[in-house]
Amino acid sequence: MIGLVHFLTVGGLVFAIGLYGVLTKRNLVGILMCIELMLNAVNINLVAFSRFITPEVLVGQVFAIFTIAVAAAEVAVGLALVFRIYHDRNTVHVDRLNIMRW
Amino acid sequence: MNEWAYTIAFYILAAIIVVSAIGVVAKKNLVHSALLLALCFIGVSGLYILLEADYLAAVQLLVYSGAVAIIIVLGVMLTQHNNINDTNPSNNFQRLSSIIIGLFFIMVVVVINFTPWRSSVANAAQDTVPIIAQLLLIDYMVAFEAVAVLLLAAMIGAILLARGVDKS
Repeated sequence: MIGLVHFLTVGGLVFAIGLYGVLTKRNLVGILMCIELMLNAVNINLVAFSRFITPEVLVGQVFAIFTIAVAAAEVAVGLALVFRIYHDRNTVHVDRLNIMRW
Repeated sequence: MNEWAYTIAFYILAAIIVVSAIGVVAKKNLVHSALLLALCFIGVSGLYILLEADYLAAVQLLVYSGAVAIIIVLGVMLTQHNNINDTNPSNNFQRLSSIIIGLFFIMVVVVINFTPWRSSVANAAQDTVPIIAQLLLIDYMVAFEAVAVLLLAAMIGAILLARGVDKS
């Protein structure tokens, strides 16, 4: 019997993988991809809660729709920033963007 | 719904999602990472169908595996590198990160398994679109309008950032 716990475990696993990617990747576009993975994991959790705890209200699905909209805005602005950094500095590797490091 | 079919479909979709998510992180080629990310989004949309959220599954397919994956592939193409085979390297914190992430995941699993969830046994709503419309356009109308303004602001900001401001 597949229940709430299974879906939450999948969500937690995908979130952990995305967090690992954010901590270890060196390419800015790769970091953005891992952030998208984390947002998707949170969406899985929201929809699973909506299905198994309040199946007739669907508030969790509305939250997931808002998360999707904010994620779309985030990826657009993030990639515009990446283009700008690439245009100005000719690199997208975070190791070389260390001008504000002490 | 048939219990066995549901269980098998869940495990297949979960395997697709987790394996492609690991691939996104582990692949050295950034184009492969982007394509695996699209596969992961399609798997998540399958999970939404299993959770009887059909509208959200359609939105996931359209917005994520349609728009976001295409934008990311475009981002990979526009930040061109000399050698595409080594565009997604990792830094030197892999061991420390995997220890921290492992502890984090164990903590999450323990919390999930020891929380007494108040599960409801009611069936899911069959026709989700009218209920979601009611919620979006009446109960959460202010948030809905705020998201619309946020999307517009993000679009203008992205165009300005990518194009650059005229010096003259």
